[in-house]
Amino acid sequence: MYISIEGASREYTFKGKRTVSLEKVNLQIKKGEFICLLGPSGCGKTTLLNLIAGFDRPTSGVVKVNGEIVTKPSVDRITIFQNYGLLPWRSVLRNVELGLESKNIDKKKRQQIAEEYIELVGLSAYKKHHPSQLSGGMQQRVALARALAVDPEILLMDEPLGALDAMTRMSMQDEIERLWQENKKTIIFVTHDIEEAVFLADRIVIMTPSPGKVKSIIEVPLARKRDRTGSDFLKIRDRVFAEFELKPSDMTEYYL
Amino acid sequence: MRMDILKKTLKVVVSISVLIGIWQLAVLSGRYEPSLLPSPAKVLEGMAELIKDGTLFTHFRVSLTRFFIGYLAAIAAGIILGLLLGWNKSVWSFIEPVVQVLRPVSPIAWFPFIVLWFGIGDTPAVVIIFIAGFFPILLSTVSGVGNVDAIYLKVADNFGIRQPQMLFKIILPAAFPLIANGLHLALGSAWVFLVAGEMVGAQSGLGYLIIDARNSLRSDLVLAGIIFIGALGLLLDRLIKLLETGIEKQWGISRRGRN
Repeated sequence: MYISIEGASREYTFKGKRTVSLEKVNLQIKKGEFICLLGPSGCGKTTLLNLIAGFDRPTSGVVKVNGEIVTKPSVDRITIFQNYGLLPWRSVLRNVELGLESKNIDKKKRQQIAEEYIELVGLSAYKKHHPSQLSGGMQQRVALARALAVDPEILLMDEPLGALDAMTRMSMQDEIERLWQENKKTIIFVTHDIEEAVFLADRIVIMTPSPGKVKSIIEVPLARKRDRTGSDFLKIRDRVFAEFELKPSDMTEYYL
Repeated sequence: MRMDILKKTLKVVVSISVLIGIWQLAVLSGRYEPSLLPSPAKVLEGMAELIKDGTLFTHFRVSLTRFFIGYLAAIAAGIILGLLLGWNKSVWSFIEPVVQVLRPVSPIAWFPFIVLWFGIGDTPAVVIIFIAGFFPILLSTVSGVGNVDAIYLKVADNFGIRQPQMLFKIILPAAFPLIANGLHLALGSAWVFLVAGEMVGAQSGLGYLIIDARNSLRSDLVLAGIIFIGALGLLLDRLIKLLETGIEKQWGISRRGRN
């Protein structure tokens, strides 16, 4: 397996009180797969993402990528955050160049690569702008371009569209799907939006809180590009609703 | 926009006119001796005199040179030390108590030692300006480094940026809005102590101009000197304010609801 999470737990001790934020998660992810971690807040989905990113380490169990145990962050696994993490003092171009600066690439080549990826997310006209001059959706496009520019194997997205309005969200979902299909990355995408997960994921990992754990995994065998109003789409969405017990299982009870 | 400027100018003119009016009335009341309270006209004459014979510009030049040497040295030392100490929290926790004890001490209190260690001439004034500017810059840099949004560090770490690049590419620019604020505070305090420093140790400069005028019982020149010091200080303050606003704009920090 490309990414292999084996019995990973993460506990925190705060003022002598122990809380389990993630309990014995087992998950296998294939290369090129699009995985959504779906669940309410407190279900440990961000904790799990941080373990894969290497920002944090499990208190027990292991996370392996390509057979190697993850111990620290790497340019091969880039995380995209909800609040974009753009550097406000740098222009769009210089932001996208950031990840290329630690590689041995000369300045001209660096700029050329950055421009290529800015083009890819459709922001060429804004490369000299600063993040504060862009809308939320545009800022997240910059973050995407910056992540893709270093050509990572894995993209980890922590509710990347959480701060956007519904319409922008949907167009960004289209955009992320397109970029995934063109660039063949493995994507692990954290969200609490059920429709978003059904639209994007090959498999949806359903997580529940206190303690955070994986409840079930739902395959989404729909062809792309998915129709958000199609009956197959709604059927899977209903299954996810049922997993979270947000849908009454037997309506007849009400009439008795 | 133009109405705004017009209104602002009007306010400045009115406020200064009222002040001069009260001053003139006090002089006209005849209750104060001219040597204790010179008339506005007399002070204006004094100002013209200082401009005409060139003494003003000589003193301006001397003071500004001292000022910039001391201030720039304070910037360099304050920012470099602030970055290192802000980053090494454990070292800072040892040094902070010392800084907190030294900071409230007026730079003038150091004067006896400064003369013993640095002699006389330009150096004592420069050292006093340095002390006055150093602490605000050091403290704002340390707190700026401490307040750097963790996400910038996370992103930089993710993209493989290591020390010392982290310090210069991420931490310094991220802390810069707060540092710029410290530079502004330091400028004001350094300007105040420039004059004080020149009054106790120097044979030239704006502070000396005032002492010299007092010694020759020219109260009109004392006031003229005060007005020039105020005007030049204001000008410097506006210049750094411009820099500060520019940085805030670039960094995307808005200051709505403030003017």
